[in-house]
Amino acid sequence: MLSYSIRRILMLIPVLLGMSIVVFSIIRAIPGDPALTILGEKASPKAIEDLREVLGLNNPWYIQYFDYLKQILTGDLGVSLHSGASITQEIMPYLAATTELTIVSMLFAVIIGVNAGILSAWKQNSWFDYCAMLIALIGVSMPIFWLGLMEQWFFAQELKWLPSVGRDNSRNPVEAITQFYILDTILAGQWDQLWEVIKHLILPGVALGTIPMAIIARITRSSMLEVMRADYVRTARAKGLAQFWVVYKHALKNAMIPVLTVIGLQTGLLLGGAVLTETIFGWPGVGRYIFTAIGNRDYPVIQSGILVIATIFVLINLLVDLLYAYIDPRIKYR
Amino acid sequence: MADTQVQTVPLQVKDEQIISPWREAWRALRKNKLAMAGLGIILFFVVVAVFAPIIAPYPYDEGELVMKNKPPSEEHWFGTDYNGRDVFSRVVYGARISLWVGTFSVIGSVVAGTVLGLLAGYYGKWIDTLISRIFDIMLAFPSILLAIAIVAILGPSLQNALLAIAIINIPTFGRLVRSRVLSLKEEEFVMAARAIGMKDSRILMQHILPNSLAPIIVTGTMGIATAIIEAAALGFLGLGAQPPEPEWGKMLSDSRQYIQKAPWTVIFPGLSIMLTVLGFNLIGDGLRDALDPRMKN
Repeated sequence: MLSYSIRRILMLIPVLLGMSIVVFSIIRAIPGDPALTILGEKASPKAIEDLREVLGLNNPWYIQYFDYLKQILTGDLGVSLHSGASITQEIMPYLAATTELTIVSMLFAVIIGVNAGILSAWKQNSWFDYCAMLIALIGVSMPIFWLGLMEQWFFAQELKWLPSVGRDNSRNPVEAITQFYILDTILAGQWDQLWEVIKHLILPGVALGTIPMAIIARITRSSMLEVMRADYVRTARAKGLAQFWVVYKHALKNAMIPVLTVIGLQTGLLLGGAVLTETIFGWPGVGRYIFTAIGNRDYPVIQSGILVIATIFVLINLLVDLLYAYIDPRIKYR
Repeated sequence: MADTQVQTVPLQVKDEQIISPWREAWRALRKNKLAMAGLGIILFFVVVAVFAPIIAPYPYDEGELVMKNKPPSEEHWFGTDYNGRDVFSRVVYGARISLWVGTFSVIGSVVAGTVLGLLAGYYGKWIDTLISRIFDIMLAFPSILLAIAIVAILGPSLQNALLAIAIINIPTFGRLVRSRVLSLKEEEFVMAARAIGMKDSRILMQHILPNSLAPIIVTGTMGIATAIIEAAALGFLGLGAQPPEPEWGKMLSDSRQYIQKAPWTVIFPGLSIMLTVLGFNLIGDGLRDALDPRMKN
């Protein structure tokens, strides 16, 4: 297990280096003069020259790259052209907001998806199975930004059940301690605020969690169907174990292996989907931070935002691979 | 015993009795009701896209402001938008854009991915290492973010969105083809071809590629579904189609501020995206079962 883990972690190095090259290239690959593109046609030659200096565009590219590498390795993500603030500091609250939303969406997706998949497999070809799989099929085909808009329109504007934008009630804002608002309100003992925070999480959480939920339900079902045919499951049933325990204890354990991979992969993909969901629900996360930066042509923020999300994505995949090897010992001998 | 003769009877099989694997797959596909429903949806949208100028009752880029945000009626089946434009006509023309972007970006990814996958799998060594590492790096980004990065470099437009989507999906096909090549390379018929001195290029084109087609077709069909959503997502973020192009994703973001007053301007374009994507997913599922039962997980 240890040698496998070390090998797997060492494999990260070329990937991370490659990612840094891609992100580094974003600004340099702009056709023509990047400084001119950022400032627009009306900018003075002086301003353009200054910006070239700030971005380090006057050096040879390999020096620029090593400077960039040195900079990000020390945890410095650069300076926002729009606000002039350090991106490392600026991104933290956004990152917390995105993480909170991602966790909630994934909890929703896993709890509903796994159980729907199990029940579908258990009651194969029943009306529940057909309904669940039809919903899953539609869920997979759903553009999440459209689902988000529909939720916002129906539950927030028509029925007025839930708030449609933001993380908390602006008239009674949460005092940030950890930036994770659920945690913050609990720490402060502000139960009415906690309820507000949860209400704000429901619509974006469901929108973001729908596609992973559908995918998880489908994969759980097919994985369970395969395991349920195994001899040891038949043995468990033959010795008179109640069906519930056969399904949830014996079959589920082995069926979860492919499901776990999908869960990990989907968690990473949620980070990408967050750009859309956060834009719709005015959620102050990294996705919206990047989106706003695109509008402002704030390239350092676009670069660092993408780098941060991609790094988290890679780390989640690492975690899944390690967990996978732990659960299924055959993996590490391949 | 002596006059017993060993006779070789020529195997007589009439032409129509030979069922090619493709025809067999089509037979299996035809029995799959969901897949046929998917095919029906796609054909419907293809017809709509091809005959858009005949079907659409109004031009997609002209409207009367006095008619803005009117609910669905006999004159305007899907109502009108904030510019007084006919939503039905815009949705009809939008089918052209989505199908065009979905299909052509996937064709681009398939061609590039297949070439790279064949090279990596067949020649191995440093070519394989180089190509596989590039794929690893590309897959290290959530795909939509990589697309955003590419469009941020090239500038927002429909063409650049198509290009970005084609690029981000190359590793999917590249890895698929590579793994097929690796297993086919060990097959006896490929070794035989090599033993009789066949050139590498002919082995790749005549033996390995045809045997990799089935999974490429399945993944490609599902890839169109993903590409359509990605194109709409880029359009929604303002990084794809630009006004007045009636792109479905762009229509959603333009109309969202009027959603309470005129929900139909948001409902119909979104529904169209979902139906088209559903169609491609259904036929993709069916094709997988028909062409390659092993891929059924």
